[in-house]
Amino acid sequence: MNYINTLLNGEQGIFKADTLTPMQKITLRFVVVGLVYYAFAAIEGMIMRIYEITPIPIMNEKHFFAMMTAHPLVGIFGSTYMIVFGAFLFLVPFLMKKPLWSIKAANWTFFLITIGTIVMWSAGFLSHYAPLYTLYWPLPADFTQFSAVGGAVFIFGIALIMVGTLIFVVNIFKTIVYTPDGWDKQPAGALLISALGISGSQNIFRKNKKEHLVPLPVAAIARGTVDILLNALIITFTGVLILIYMLWEIGGISLKSTAIDALLYKNWFWWGLDLIADGAVLIFVAGAWYLLATLITGKKLFMENWARAALFVELVVSWTVWSHHLLSDQAQPGILKVVSGEMVTAFELVTQGLAFFITLVTLWSARPLKMTNPLKFLLGGLLGFALAVPCGILQADLGLNRILHNTQWVVGPHVHVAVLVGLTMTLYAAIYFLFPILTNGAKWYSQKLANFHFWAHLLGGIGMGAFMGMAGLKGMLRRAIYVDGEFNIYMILAGICGVFLLLAFLAFLYNIIMSVGINGALGIFKPAKLKTKDLLPAEGK
Amino acid sequence: MADSNDVLNGLIVVYTTYSILIISLVAWFSYRITRQGRGGLVKPSIFYTWVIMLAVLGVTLHLFTYNTIPWSPMDLNRADIKPDKVFEITVSNHQFQLPAEKMIIKTSEKVLFKVTSTDLTYGFGLFRPDHTMVLQMQVLPGHINDILWQFGEPGIYSIRSTEYSGPKGAYMVVKDAVEVTE
Repeated sequence: MNYINTLLNGEQGIFKADTLTPMQKITLRFVVVGLVYYAFAAIEGMIMRIYEITPIPIMNEKHFFAMMTAHPLVGIFGSTYMIVFGAFLFLVPFLMKKPLWSIKAANWTFFLITIGTIVMWSAGFLSHYAPLYTLYWPLPADFTQFSAVGGAVFIFGIALIMVGTLIFVVNIFKTIVYTPDGWDKQPAGALLISALGISGSQNIFRKNKKEHLVPLPVAAIARGTVDILLNALIITFTGVLILIYMLWEIGGISLKSTAIDALLYKNWFWWGLDLIADGAVLIFVAGAWYLLATLITGKKLFMENWARAALFVELVVSWTVWSHHLLSDQAQPGILKVVSGEMVTAFELVTQGLAFFITLVTLWSARPLKMTNPLKFLLGGLLGFALAVPCGILQADLGLNRILHNTQWVVGPHVHVAVLVGLTMTLYAAIYFLFPILTNGAKWYSQKLANFHFWAHLLGGIGMGAFMGMAGLKGMLRRAIYVDGEFNIYMILAGICGVFLLLAFLAFLYNIIMSVGINGALGIFKPAKLKTKDLLPAEGK
Repeated sequence: MADSNDVLNGLIVVYTTYSILIISLVAWFSYRITRQGRGGLVKPSIFYTWVIMLAVLGVTLHLFTYNTIPWSPMDLNRADIKPDKVFEITVSNHQFQLPAEKMIIKTSEKVLFKVTSTDLTYGFGLFRPDHTMVLQMQVLPGHINDILWQFGEPGIYSIRSTEYSGPKGAYMVVKDAVEVTE
């Protein structure tokens, strides 16, 4: 009976959805939907892992590659964007000590990304639209392989996500600079300059350091959001271009694909994609590390002005590194390969290594620390990037790229370790930290499950990346099918690690459900009873 | 000329050593921060040294590989190097169309593979019988895609598309297409 009671009402019945403010509810909705999409991506990942070992009869190549197209997009937009946007829509007003500019806009972001992701995923599932997320021209407009209607619906789903993203960008920047009702006029220009890190960079050279108007984590969020904005514009532009080909095809007119230069297209598309992969992700993660380190220790961040300046450098670096994706494109000018592809990319080692160092020193300064859930997941996230970033630097080398490009090495120890271990464990650290704040003090059901979540995720993530990397060094390509079991030993081992990841997530999900109860989880999606723009209920402040 | 397997073996040693070190460091750090000790003793000079070391390491890596991996300078300067043999290959409708004569190369020869796509973006890769990769490049429609190579050891190599070009491209393999002799 006790078990049923906990399942329905949560650990000790502490969590009451009715006591949540609208801001707490919207944040929790983002996180819950983000976790549901994470489950989507994880299950798809496992199905693909099995298919890499042996093609299974329930699907064919078309379905496999449609899944491979949807998998990273669901992971990035449906899961990561949702969790990150939800957290930032709460954290920016929390750290700026003023209300969010618009809860209505936050709701629009939530609905558009939620619906856009399911539309995009469904179009891929039903029509097998599968140009992968790289969309190398003219593949997305190859209507001998893909349905124009399916593709158009797919692009429509992405468009909804981009609109939701643009609304998020506006909401973040307006929250930083606006003046809430009844407040003294806020210095919008100075706030913006501080948020973009310009004042932080100036401080390095000033004798008398100026006070920062914007807390460091908000500066990181603002700078990462600039990349989010530029990326959304590139994806929207590319989507419109592809959509034109699709709509004309549906109308019976086949446009010439040669009208678009494949190399130029690849350059602008990677420029846009790297704003996320090498920009927003690294900047947001560094900001999250700084925030968590200061919150966990209660200490000032080590070398704060350098941390601010590095975030600004990272922003500029992220605009100039795209060519490392074109090191194997022989028509790409050599100067771009060397300067952008190799040398500027190498500076990611500096910016991320600097964030790693600053975070560790800040933690070190507060010894002894209790090994809490946020701390252990933060350390996992730090390790993930410490493993994945040097991997990226190695493959962004002319000589090594010749034998690493498009192998499982790229997607294993670099991409999957960065995303699953580095990024996801940092997000988990934030979720574990914010959980009691967002739920007005709800208690975790089981610390043993949280421990299992940590170890299974860490070992599964690193192990999967390692075995994929080993297969890559033996010549296994990504985005390929091997039907004769050529790399089975590595794929079976990677699959076992994938099972660990899935079990880790199930343990986490179960722990959350038992902590807030089914009634509590459903209550998050009911309209808030409290009518306030405050982040927390009056007694919870 | 050094073989790709030699370079990959070097990479395995370097990255495995680094991984063990960084995992050990984070594990040690995680243990130590839960113990009593003096904090806040890190001097800014250590930080500056760390930053400079990272910058030097990042740049040195590329200088090192440029001077030790033979195909790096050859690739950047290929327009000025006269190949001993040229093979022109066309890719169309997910099929490789090879030259009429069999591609036989000596290990002492520099060979230029010139690959043209008439429709989609493909890849061009050469693989050993044990599936390890010798080389690869992207093949973009409307552009010259050429790679200059000197093989390190004799053998029979297969061609495989190394870029996704839709589900139809999953099986773009030409077995035993290139023969390299002493």
